[in-house]
Amino acid sequence: MFEILQKKKIAPLVDELTISAPYIAGHAKAGNFVVLRIHEKGERIPLTIADADRQQGTITLLFQKIGKTTVELGMLKPGDPIKDIAGPLGHATPVTKYGHCVLVGGGIGSATLYPILKALKDAENKTTVILGARTKELLVWEDKFREHSNEMLPTTDDGSSGRKGLVTEVLKEVIEREQVDLVIAVGPIRMMKAVSELTRPYKIKTIVSLNPVMVEGTGMCGACRVNIAGKTRFACADGPEFDGHEVDFHELENRLNFYKDEEGQALHLFIRKTKRKGMKLA
Amino acid sequence: MRFRNPDKRKNDFKEVALGLTERQAVAEANRCLQCKKPHCVAGCPVEIDIPKFISFVKEKDYLGGLRKIREFNMLPAICGRVCPQEHQCQGSCILGKKKRSVSIGALERFVADYELSSEQMELPEINPLNGHRVAVVGSGPAGLTVAADLAKSGYDITVFEALHEPGGVLTYGIPEFRLPKKIIQREIEFVKSLGVKIILNWVVGRTQTVNELFEDGFKAIFIGVGAGSPKYLGIPGENLNNVYFASEFLTRVNLMKAYKFPAYDTPVKRARRVAVVGGGNVAMDSARTALRLGAEKVSIVYRRTEHEMPCRHEEVENATEEGIEFFYLSNPKEILGDERGYVKAIRCDRMVLCEPDASGRRRPECSGEEFILDVDQVIMAIGQTSNPILIRSIDGLDLWGEGYIKADHDGRTNIPGIFAGGDITTGAATVISAMGAGKRAARSIDNFIMGRSKTQSQPTEPVLTQ
Repeated sequence: MFEILQKKKIAPLVDELTISAPYIAGHAKAGNFVVLRIHEKGERIPLTIADADRQQGTITLLFQKIGKTTVELGMLKPGDPIKDIAGPLGHATPVTKYGHCVLVGGGIGSATLYPILKALKDAENKTTVILGARTKELLVWEDKFREHSNEMLPTTDDGSSGRKGLVTEVLKEVIEREQVDLVIAVGPIRMMKAVSELTRPYKIKTIVSLNPVMVEGTGMCGACRVNIAGKTRFACADGPEFDGHEVDFHELENRLNFYKDEEGQALHLFIRKTKRKGMKLA
Repeated sequence: MRFRNPDKRKNDFKEVALGLTERQAVAEANRCLQCKKPHCVAGCPVEIDIPKFISFVKEKDYLGGLRKIREFNMLPAICGRVCPQEHQCQGSCILGKKKRSVSIGALERFVADYELSSEQMELPEINPLNGHRVAVVGSGPAGLTVAADLAKSGYDITVFEALHEPGGVLTYGIPEFRLPKKIIQREIEFVKSLGVKIILNWVVGRTQTVNELFEDGFKAIFIGVGAGSPKYLGIPGENLNNVYFASEFLTRVNLMKAYKFPAYDTPVKRARRVAVVGGGNVAMDSARTALRLGAEKVSIVYRRTEHEMPCRHEEVENATEEGIEFFYLSNPKEILGDERGYVKAIRCDRMVLCEPDASGRRRPECSGEEFILDVDQVIMAIGQTSNPILIRSIDGLDLWGEGYIKADHDGRTNIPGIFAGGDITTGAATVISAMGAGKRAARSIDNFIMGRSKTQSQPTEPVLTQ
């Protein structure tokens, strides 16, 4: 059992949990994730370790309440247990002194970027962060990113914060303005694909962090397989980060949508059951 | 042995084989010749004193029979169900030469189930704790055997399991209708009652490294993590939607109970027409599982003939009775998809058998003809290979082949204090061979810690048995 110590609402539909998990916290590196299962009947879902505190023995997870499991996770309170958490899983981000790194985050994908940003900063890289969201209140951890980066460039679809427009437009400006040695993009598939397409002609090394459907998370089942440069790789054991110029995003998107009907059904049943019990959906 | 009616059983996940009645068990025990030099014992990877345990059954002392088995084997209810007895004890039984060999597996199962139904659990003698701690990585058949044997000798054992349930392949791989979860739980309870601690959600190599385990005071570490990474053919269309690797399909259904979706949160796709590629027990389990999820037609696609199939013959019989069809000498070359990226058919080469290959089985070759099978789901069950997660994290560990650990007959690796056994040293094999490796490793761990270490034999590449 893993106890929830703190819970914060950080954007509409986005929650932050701080959970006691000393061994995972002690070994977590930027880029790692955990697989968790809330209870006996729950499914196993992967979530990035958005932050870890070795001294306190805690990990921080950010998630968007879009499916049954994440909605249920969002209803838990400090003091509540999570039945199973395994990790840290996946390869850590290769951190070295690249020079100028541009980190591009979309939506909840920003959570993955935060520990990467801190690690790149510790390795004496110059960092530019481009965060994108529909509107200002959906920008995740804007202050924290600002604190740790050399330059922070928010973008919103409606112009309510930073630039009005897409992250790729801002990225293009940065690339044309100055030398960029590494781009890391984490977010919706279409965003990661657009970023990879943008950087390809400039031959800038581009890392994306993939989030396909996973079941067990340790390379045992192959549910999370992705096509990288024509080869099948497992996101959990070989990734989750891959060279964005080699990823078959079309296949990834197709596979991500495979359980859409079941996901919808499970969420619908859960909401109905919760309302019938008179409980509030957080 | 009694079996449930195929037309009924193919619609649910309840156990197919019903075991022996008491009267059948005694009658079967009476057929045993009680050979002076029993071949059955030589055929058993853990060398159970089979004539002795059968003599207890004759006397209707079933718990006495079970006690005798447990001197050699801590998981009798499991082995009685899933061991390939036809190639081991029963295959060596002298009666089998002229007529039917004694149903040793069914008798083993009978005494184990007798104890379960009588709701008593008799503990063997356990030596007082000797103050030495041993870590076991993986709670499958190899790990559980090492843990139980060493706990009985007085060691303080902690088993680390990466998943949220113990049992390894017994839990995530073998379906409920062949090995009910309550049987596994019962055997694991027994191992725990010997003082063994099992820690779940603990991915050794990630949550804690092997070196940290040594620093924590563990005197030896046994690695029994299995061959837990699926193989695939690398043919076009393998990543289409509704192509499952058997490991995922079975993990969803067995470990995550997807057949109870939406009562359980993990879904699995139910298909109408399913092709299962492969000829081992995992292929049979996948095919029969797909049938139970409601498929109208399930076909096994195998590149050799029934004669070369590595699965148990009993499983082919069970599958055939349930209406599964077999396409032999058929080798998939492409999985065809529709415009939405979903499986619609599988294209196969027709094969002919040529000269035997390294495995001794006749090698299939293309005949030049091909055929297309219309299906909406494909399950790849063509074998497993080693999982790199733990192995990558240990510096200097000698490996062979596709990343299997090099260990000698007694489970010793090239690193003193690190032992290994089961599928991670041999490649995918059987539950009982993993248990045999566990028994030998337990003895050599005991020798190592007590300083009775024989000179280390050179680790060699084991000869594959399948």
